[in-house]
Amino acid sequence: MIDDIELLRLIENNARLSYEEIAVMLGTNAGDVEAEIKRLKDENIILGYNTIINWEKQAPDNCIGMIEVRIAPIKNKGYDHIAQILSKYEKVTACYLVSGGFDLMIIYEDSNLRSIANFVSEKIAPQEGVLSTTTHFILKKYKANGIIYDNPDTDDRQAIIL
Amino acid sequence: MSLDYDSKISKAVQQVPPSAIRKFFDLANEMKGHVISLSIGEPDFVTPWTIREAAINSIIDGYTHYSPNSGYIDSRIAIVDYLKRRYGVSYDAKSEILVTVGGSEGLDLAARALINPGDEVIIVEPCFVAYKATVEFAHGVPVIVSTKPENDYKLMPEELEAAITDKTKYVIVGYPNNPTGAVMTLEDWAKIKDVLMRHPEVIVLSDELYCELNYLDGKPASLTQFAELRDRVIMVNGFSKSYAMTGFRVGYIAGPHELVAPMIKIHQYCIMCAPSTSQLAVVEAAMNADNEIKKMRDEYNHRRRVIVQGLKDAGLDCFTPYGAFYAFPSIKNTGLTSEEFCERFLLEKHVAIVPGNAFGACGEGFVRISYAASLEDIKEAMKLLKEFVEELKKG
Repeated sequence: MIDDIELLRLIENNARLSYEEIAVMLGTNAGDVEAEIKRLKDENIILGYNTIINWEKQAPDNCIGMIEVRIAPIKNKGYDHIAQILSKYEKVTACYLVSGGFDLMIIYEDSNLRSIANFVSEKIAPQEGVLSTTTHFILKKYKANGIIYDNPDTDDRQAIIL
Repeated sequence: MSLDYDSKISKAVQQVPPSAIRKFFDLANEMKGHVISLSIGEPDFVTPWTIREAAINSIIDGYTHYSPNSGYIDSRIAIVDYLKRRYGVSYDAKSEILVTVGGSEGLDLAARALINPGDEVIIVEPCFVAYKATVEFAHGVPVIVSTKPENDYKLMPEELEAAITDKTKYVIVGYPNNPTGAVMTLEDWAKIKDVLMRHPEVIVLSDELYCELNYLDGKPASLTQFAELRDRVIMVNGFSKSYAMTGFRVGYIAGPHELVAPMIKIHQYCIMCAPSTSQLAVVEAAMNADNEIKKMRDEYNHRRRVIVQGLKDAGLDCFTPYGAFYAFPSIKNTGLTSEEFCERFLLEKHVAIVPGNAFGACGEGFVRISYAASLEDIKEAMKLLKEFVEELKKG
């Protein structure tokens, strides 16, 4: 019997493990792991597999905007209508409905500041129901996806400890 | 004319030989940084952040002086709370807990508080190297009981009983075990308890540093859980292994006041108190870190299974370890001694593991492999081990 939470935590931290490797780590067999992962995919619990890349290192000019959007909900559609439209843009990497002083938090990534500004003024602001936007540019990433960036990976332990 | 130092150094200290595997140690130290190391008996995890933060805050708040000899009462209450929560046992924070400098101080205090010259102390090998040395430093006589792989390295009641004489002062048990990874369940301990009930003079020193690293059911199992033995079991415990806090040097003793009080006496003269910073980190560790411990335990457990599978693939016999972060496979079928095996594995494949004879004579023919290392390193090391064993077999 596979513990789903244990399995999901394992592949959440390392999506590259093979069925065989996962099976050894969970004390089960590869066939059962494959079947369980398929079921979790079918149920849309596993949605995909990403690689975590330090883009600041690879492409230092990339920009990320966090855009707060205030909305007057549309009758019968609530907030979903606008959120779903904005989510369709490929460069929108996240879209959340949030509590507090604004309604949607949009994360938008592009190669330069100008294109983020254009997205806000041309795609978000004109949407019916959008009341206002506030755009924050990310200056530096310290931690994302549970990973601390530029974490020194040193092992200062002695060679042998009994 | 130079001083005859040998005549000046205590006989008790001189008779304890330097580690039998000193040469191997030196070699491994020289090669550090160029090898995969599965030879380290401490966690590779960094201490959980909230515990480090509590230590930092203790300094900011000015807790930088001596604490009471037994430790801050808050630390002792946190320890008592932890023992109640995880073991289901009750101790009095004021009189039955002593906060020590790591588990090691507890081993030393027990030896000095209990042993008169010539008293026998039963030591269950293979085991942590300090057990025998602390007894010898205190002029005690170690009596060795050797556990066996066919018994999953558990202490067998008949073996214990055969070693007890009218000179036996106490017995040291250490489970989950370093170096074998063996665990004793509550049912196993019940059989040991039956032996001890027939020998009401014998005290028990139970080293439980690895108590949280039990992969059978994730819960500590201990002789302290038998009320009948409450008046003569001294628990040596601490935060080094389970909480990845080795450098904090903080542990504790829990036991009946009559046995803890003489240890407090030695501690107050020789140590004064455990470091204040570490003691306040303990409050956070004992009260709020159960989830962090579980996360580490789960990860060790995954690695454990990878190691056991790797040893099987390499063709080495190994009983299945269920505790600590060690496996203790036999290398007898390679025809090499433990030291030869480890030295050649280090030189030829650049992987460091520890010869089993470092942990007692009965460890000869075995090696200790630690899985306090990254999964990548473990996988690579297991691949190299398989190659190495195959090459040995081909001659």
